Amino acid sequence: MTATMIKEFRLPDLGEGLTESEILSWKVAVGDTVTLNQVIAEVETAKAVVELPSPFAGVVAELHEQPGTVVEVGKPIVSFEVDDAGSSNGGGVSDTRDRSAAGPAGNQSAGNHSSGDRAVVETSTKGSPSTAGAEAVGAPAKREPNLVGYGAVVEHSGRPTRRARGQVQDVKSASSEAPALSEPAAARQAEGDVSERPRSTPPVRKLARDLGINLELVRGTGPGGLITREDVQNFSGATEAPSETQVSAARGERETRTPIKGVRKFTAAAMVQSAFTAPHVTEFLTVDVTATMELLARLKGNKAFDGYKLTPLTIAAKAVLVALRNNPSLNSRWDEASQEIVQFNYVNLGIAAATPRGLTVPNIKDADRLTLRELSTALTELTDTARAGKTSPSELSGGTISITNIGVFGIDAGTPILNPGEAAIVALGAVRKAPWVVNDQLAVRQVMSLSLSFDHRLVDGEQGSRFLADLGAILADPAMVMTMI
Amino acid sequence: MHHTPDPGHSAQIPLRTGGDLLQLVSPEGERISHPEFDIWVKDIGDEHLCSLYEDMTVIRRIDAEATALQRQGELALWPPLLGQEAAQIGSSRSLRDDDFVFPSYRESGVAYVRGAHLSEIARVWRGNASYGWDPLRINLATPQIIIGSQSLHATGYAMGVQLDGANTAVLAYFGDGATSEGDVNEAMVFAASYQAPVVFFCQNNHWAISEPVRVQSHVQLADRPSGFGIPSMRVDGNDVLAVMAATRVALDRARKGGGPTFIEAVTYRMGPHTTADDPTRYRDPIELEDWAAKDPILRLHKLLEAKGLLTEDMEARVKSKADAVAAELRASCIDMPDPQPLDVFNHVYSTPNSWIERQKDHYSRYLNSFNQPVEEGAL
Repeated sequence: MTATMIKEFRLPDLGEGLTESEILSWKVAVGDTVTLNQVIAEVETAKAVVELPSPFAGVVAELHEQPGTVVEVGKPIVSFEVDDAGSSNGGGVSDTRDRSAAGPAGNQSAGNHSSGDRAVVETSTKGSPSTAGAEAVGAPAKREPNLVGYGAVVEHSGRPTRRARGQVQDVKSASSEAPALSEPAAARQAEGDVSERPRSTPPVRKLARDLGINLELVRGTGPGGLITREDVQNFSGATEAPSETQVSAARGERETRTPIKGVRKFTAAAMVQSAFTAPHVTEFLTVDVTATMELLARLKGNKAFDGYKLTPLTIAAKAVLVALRNNPSLNSRWDEASQEIVQFNYVNLGIAAATPRGLTVPNIKDADRLTLRELSTALTELTDTARAGKTSPSELSGGTISITNIGVFGIDAGTPILNPGEAAIVALGAVRKAPWVVNDQLAVRQVMSLSLSFDHRLVDGEQGSRFLADLGAILADPAMVMTMI
Repeated sequence: MHHTPDPGHSAQIPLRTGGDLLQLVSPEGERISHPEFDIWVKDIGDEHLCSLYEDMTVIRRIDAEATALQRQGELALWPPLLGQEAAQIGSSRSLRDDDFVFPSYRESGVAYVRGAHLSEIARVWRGNASYGWDPLRINLATPQIIIGSQSLHATGYAMGVQLDGANTAVLAYFGDGATSEGDVNEAMVFAASYQAPVVFFCQNNHWAISEPVRVQSHVQLADRPSGFGIPSMRVDGNDVLAVMAATRVALDRARKGGGPTFIEAVTYRMGPHTTADDPTRYRDPIELEDWAAKDPILRLHKLLEAKGLLTEDMEARVKSKADAVAAELRASCIDMPDPQPLDVFNHVYSTPNSWIERQKDHYSRYLNSFNQPVEEGAL
C-alpha cells in the first residue's frame, strides 16, 4: 500500500497575462479517479473558454471553487490525492517553486525528483502574471483589443501585469513591521482620483506596496518630487496603528471583486448619464454662518422645537427652499425628448444619503410647502429610512433639486454631480471655526463653504450665482429671509 | 537524416507557378499517381512510410501534451501545430543534416525532426530562456516570433552559402499571413535577384490569427512568387508524400544552382492560433469539420492500412513511442530550473565583455537593493 499525498492545482494564467478566470463547470466530483490530462473543468477567461486537463493522476480530494466563481490566478481550485511515489504524473510533478537555482545553461535532462515528504505541493506557478506583480496603484491601463484573442482589456489591476519574478514578492517580511492602511488613508485611497504615476524607484514602490501604502498619497521630498524610502516610512509612521481586522483585510485577498449590481450599478449609470449629458458648472462660496449657528442654538432651546432634530442641514435646506423662490431656474428640468424646459412650481428636495447599500438620493415631496418643523421631521424620517435601506422607489424618483451634506465627513467643498434630471445640487461643507474679517477686524467665526453645481443648459452663470449668493446671504444672516419672501 | 534520391534533373522540369493542387494521397488514403512527381518519392518504401506515420503521430502527441502543460500552468504559451503534421514532417524529413532551416514559432514538429531535445522545445514557451537550442548543433535557427522575418535571415544565409560555393540548401518556414509582410516580399526580391539557394515553405493554414487567408490575397498564395520571378508549387499540405515530393524538387533546384522556390502547402490550423486564442469567435465550426475529414494522419493511416502495414505491433510501437516522448516532455518541462535574473547577461557575447560586465554589476546591485536594510536607501 503506497502512501498518498495531497497536491493542489492552482489556477494558471491561461492566456498571456490574465489575472483571473471563471469556473464554468466541473467535469469531475470529489472521489473521482482521474488520469493525467483528463479534462476536469471548463473555465472561461477574458479571452476564451478552455478545458483544464488534470496535472495529476489520482483521486479528486476537494474542489475549492464552485462553478460560477471568478477565481484569481494562483489560487488553488482543486486538490488531488496522489500516490506518494510520484510516478503517476509521468515523471515528477513537484513543487515548482522549489527548483534549483541553476541557470538555463544547466542540463535539463528529465529528473525524477518527486518531493516525497512534503504534505502539500503546489503546481501551476509558472507563467502566472500574478496580481502580486502588479502594483495596486494607478489608473487601469486599458488596451483596445487589436486582434481576436489578443490585447484583452486589463481589468482592475493598476497597470499591465507582469509575470511574477518568483522570489521578489516577500509579503511575510512586511507583516512584522508594516502597519496596514489606516482608515483615513483607506478612505482617501478609495476616492482618490489617481492620475499620473508618482515618481519613485522600484524598491521604494515595493516597500510601499508591502506596507500597503498608496504612493499617490505620499509627498515626495527627493529631487523633482521623487518619493524616497524615507518619505514612505514617514508616511507609514504617520498613519495610525491599524486594528486587527484591518490588518487581515489588507493582508488577505489582494483584491476583492464585487459584482456591479444594485445601488452601485444604479449610481454608476446615473452619474455617468448625468456627467456626460448635463454640462456641469460648479461655483463656490464660503460664508460666515455664525448667525445661523446662533439661530440653531436658540431654536434648540425653544419649546416649540422640543423633540425635533435640528442641524445645520435643517437650516440650510430651508435656506435653499427660500433662495429658490427668486431663482426658479435652478428648480427645472431639461426635457431632451420633447425639447422643452420644465419649470417646476414645486420643490421635491433630494438629500444625498450614504446608506449601507451605497449612495441614494431620496427626496422630500413638496418641501417648499413645509414649515421648519415639518421639514425637520421629514429630514429625520428620510435619513432614518435611507439608513435602514427601506427607501421606496417613489421616494427616490421625482426629485427637482438636491443637497449633499459632505460637511458631515469633514469636507469643505466639492464639485457635486447632478442627480440626473435635476438642474442643481448644493454641497454643504463642514462648519468650522476660522479667522474671518468682521468690521475690518480679524475674528474667530464659524465658517462654511457652499458648492453649487448646475446644468449650464438650463442655468446661466448669473442665475446660478444669484441663487448661491442668496443662499449664502441667508446663512450669513437668517434675517435676510425677510427680504426674500 | 534521410538521403534524397536523384531521380531526375530539376532544371528539366517546368518552372511551375502554383497551378493544380499537387496530391499524391487522397483524403481517403488512396495513392494517386502523378506523372511528374511520382519519381520524386519512388524511393519511399513501406518502412519509410511507417516512420513518417510515427513522426507525425509523435509530434501530434507533443502538441497535445504541450497544450495540456500550458493549461496546467507549466508553459506560459504554446502555439499548436495540430493539423499541420504532414506539412512539417514531409518537408523536414526531406532535408539533409547540413541544410539550414529558419522556422517560425509553430514548427515544433520540425524541431523534433531536426533533433532538438524536448526540453529545448519547451524552454522558450515556459519563459525560461529566449532561445531553445544551439542553432549550429542542429542547423535550425531559433524560432522567430516576428512574422516572416526569418525569410530574410534564410535568404541572407543562402547568399552566404552561394559565396562559400557549398551545395547546402536553406529552407524558411512561414505562414499565409507572413506573405503579406514586407520582410517576406523583400526576401523574395533578394532571393530571386541573387538566385539564392533558398526554399520558401509557406504553410497556408488558412488563418493569420483571426484573419482568413482569402482577405489577404485575391490569388492563390502560390501565384504571388511569380511576380518576383520565383517558381512555385501548390501542394496538399495534409498529404505527406506530396509535401515531400515538392520539397525535394525545391531543395534539389537550390543545390543545383536553380535558385529559390516557393512552396504553398495547403493545410489547416485545427487548433487555436496559440493557447491564448479562441478560434470559435471567428471561425465557422463547419470549416473545422471539413478539414477534419482531410486529416493528415488519418489519411496516412488509411494508406498504411490498405497496404497492410498497420499491424497491431506497429501501432503499439508508435503509441508507446508517442507516450514516452510526451512523458519526457512533461518531466523535462516541470523539472526545468528557473533562470536567475543575472542569467540575462550570459549569452550577449560569447567572450567576456567589460561593458556587459558593468551592466551586470549595476543590475546585481539594483537587485540587492530590494533586500537591503531600509537605512541604505534606494535612491
